[in-house]
Amino acid sequence: MIANFGFGVLVVSWVVTLYSVFAASFSNTKGLAVLVRNLGGRSKLLGVSEMPRSRLADWLEKRSDPQNAAAMVESARRAMLLTWPLLTLTAGILIYLLTHNHYEVKFVYEVTSRSMPTYLKITAWWGGQSGSLLFWSWLMSAFASLVTLRKWDRDREFLPWVIVVACITIAFFVGMNIFFENPFAQFYETFNGVDAYTFQPANSTLVTPADGRGLNPLLRHPGMVIHPPMLYLGFVSFVIPYAFAIAALITGRTDDRWIRLTRRWALWAWLFLSFGLVLGSRWAYDVLGWGGFWGWDPVEIAAFMPWLTGTAFLHSVMIQEKRGMLKHWNMLLIILTYSLVIFGTFLTRSGVLSSVHAFAQSAIGPFFFGFIGLSLITSVALIFYRWSDLRSETQMTSMLSREALFLLNNLLFMSILVVCFWGVIYPLISELFTGAKVTVGPPFYERATAPIFASLMFLMGVAPLSAWGHSTVKTLGRAMWKSILGAAAITVLIYLTYTHNIGALIGFFIVALVILVTIYEYLRGAVARQRSQSENIFSALWTLTGRNRRRYGGYIIHISMMLMAIGIIGIEVFQTETQGTLAQGQSLNIAGYEVRFKEIASWDNQPAGVNYTRSVVDIYKDGKYLGQLTPRIDYYFDSQQTMTIPGNRSTFKDDLYILLVDWEPVTSTGATFKVYVNPLVNWLWLGSLLFLAGVIIAAWPDKEVEGVAVKVRARAQQPSGSAAD
Amino acid sequence: MQARITFHFLLFTLFVAGLWVTPVYAQEPTPSDDDVNRIAKQLYCPVCESTPLDVCPTEACRQWRDLIRTMLTEGKSEAEIKQYFVAQYGDRVLAEPPNRLASYLIPAIAILLGALFLARGFQMWIKPSTAEAAATSAEPQQPVDPYIARIEEELKKQK
Repeated sequence: MIANFGFGVLVVSWVVTLYSVFAASFSNTKGLAVLVRNLGGRSKLLGVSEMPRSRLADWLEKRSDPQNAAAMVESARRAMLLTWPLLTLTAGILIYLLTHNHYEVKFVYEVTSRSMPTYLKITAWWGGQSGSLLFWSWLMSAFASLVTLRKWDRDREFLPWVIVVACITIAFFVGMNIFFENPFAQFYETFNGVDAYTFQPANSTLVTPADGRGLNPLLRHPGMVIHPPMLYLGFVSFVIPYAFAIAALITGRTDDRWIRLTRRWALWAWLFLSFGLVLGSRWAYDVLGWGGFWGWDPVEIAAFMPWLTGTAFLHSVMIQEKRGMLKHWNMLLIILTYSLVIFGTFLTRSGVLSSVHAFAQSAIGPFFFGFIGLSLITSVALIFYRWSDLRSETQMTSMLSREALFLLNNLLFMSILVVCFWGVIYPLISELFTGAKVTVGPPFYERATAPIFASLMFLMGVAPLSAWGHSTVKTLGRAMWKSILGAAAITVLIYLTYTHNIGALIGFFIVALVILVTIYEYLRGAVARQRSQSENIFSALWTLTGRNRRRYGGYIIHISMMLMAIGIIGIEVFQTETQGTLAQGQSLNIAGYEVRFKEIASWDNQPAGVNYTRSVVDIYKDGKYLGQLTPRIDYYFDSQQTMTIPGNRSTFKDDLYILLVDWEPVTSTGATFKVYVNPLVNWLWLGSLLFLAGVIIAAWPDKEVEGVAVKVRARAQQPSGSAAD
Repeated sequence: MQARITFHFLLFTLFVAGLWVTPVYAQEPTPSDDDVNRIAKQLYCPVCESTPLDVCPTEACRQWRDLIRTMLTEGKSEAEIKQYFVAQYGDRVLAEPPNRLASYLIPAIAILLGALFLARGFQMWIKPSTAEAAATSAEPQQPVDPYIARIEEELKKQK
């Protein structure tokens, strides 16, 4: 009964969303008429005949009564604002079912069990396919409501079209839930046996299992509880800049207004997506039990691809804001990001490419694919429609100018995207054309992306020193030579004390260079300020950051990326591992560490439904006792799955990461351990925290922004030589 | 999967019942776990996609590792062992497609096209206007570091 009610509300939400799309589209019938008429010559190519087109345009024009239009927009807005309460009610019903053990509902049966604590039952909402699609729509409707509630009057011309784009996206996801992945489907027993149905079949009885299967234990980890919402927040927030871009294309306001309006959305989207990726990596490191954090799994790559285009977009929009260039490219980047966001959700959820993440699989693939194709084609067609309006306002003057280097940065990001996309689809292509399946694993991605990542890092060192409009080798050299010398000295030191590995040395040189350049650049500004304002250096740094948050937030992000790079170089180049079966008192030796097996115990925790097998090992480094670690195996009764929790001793020098191997016999007298030494990996997590701080600084609301929004092109015409963002 | 569950169940039952399974003690059997893992790391079984063989917990993968151990004991080389799995299960057991040319060529071409496109863009865009050219030629005579000048300018604005 409650489940049926939930499904009813879901259907109503869908109808309201569709109505909103309809009302918002037809509120601007005059604009539509112009659009239809202008399609003129272009449509002939597509074989669309003249007559119905002009008749449609006439009909639309007749309806373009301004009062009527305003009422329609208002109606669309109210309908849109209704979707969030409706979807919240739907979600509330689902959460009620999840927390009250309604195992007659298939989704509840699949992701919860009686032994799970309440908070996990709630977060199980996004632990399965149909629930996470609903979660997606719910977040999307919240964000769309936020956009239309704030600054409605200011953005009146864009917002009807923003509503159209947002509501089409919501309608698509809610439609997926209604037609393919109903979270409210219930078990009924018919002559054919027990199956889940949306509506009760004739001559059937409702079946309520005594207990659910329970959430996959891997998904019960706190990292996994937060990781999907973070990624989805990132995915969904990127829809907003896309919606504004499409609104700009349709309305013909192709200046950078849409970019200024959505700059903060894009930054927050990027923050969420980045943090979602980091949390996912941390989760993998903590529970997947293979000693690493990034396995180039198709689903990881699916979340990484919109991050790549989003990062390129964040850099490239600055060129449009400063110089009025690259308008086509920015449009294309945000369109691509949107498509990749949908593609990312599709990859995780369709099961087309099965991977460790693809816990849920179903037949919704073709529809996702159709939606991505349709939205991509329509969006790109709109760019062509507005092609001449999007011409650059200024020209580039130097290959070493900031804008030229940003373009190079875009090329590198796109190159990584190409490698990733190719890696993901290559197995499918191979199977399609040759019939032979292949695996595209880490060696391919590492070999193909390493030089591109290195170039990107180097660019991070150079670009902040170049000026908008113009830079020369001489000016850049003058600004960089001290940092280059410093980085070289550090590299020599690393060579003498740490490693002779050429790849790692190149990596460390670039890391040192970028950090030195960035700190030098930062300090130069602060010292200048300190001199002229007689402030102390700290308040000079503080005010400098406050005056140009995006620039200095960006610098902090660059430094954080370098810290992360240290961790990545560490694990990629220097990771060592060993495995062995030990009796009590025996040891494994690796990289100066001695891991001595002390004892093991196993016990049930009945209320939690888990059996723990926990070993205790003593750790020595060069003969010195360092302490104990307790790697363990958790076996979950409901889902009948195990989880290996490593014992990890983490320092900035290295991590000693010990796994109790769950595929070999584990007894009180002997057990198999797999031990990794992961040098420098902690820098990755430190970098990610600094990164968070950097993005928050860059995205922090700024009073000036609204004023900036109305200045249209004036600043782009400024003379060259200004390096400030 | 079922086999794995049964296997674990059996394991834990044995454990709880105190019927210890006699472990293989670390007497460094030849070949060692590390020798096996060195090869297993480079292989993927057809079922557990995206999970390399050295860390895959399934029973099937355990058997594969045992097979590698047996083959190493027989004196087979790494290449021979990998070749055996490829012959049995196809190219998908390898961590990357064996035809490197095909797998690297397409992205390389795409990146090259992008680079050419950008180079062509630079050629088209870089036409210094007279005003900007003047600014360029004026630059070397600037006595003050432009960066400092900019900071000063910002400070003036702030006042």
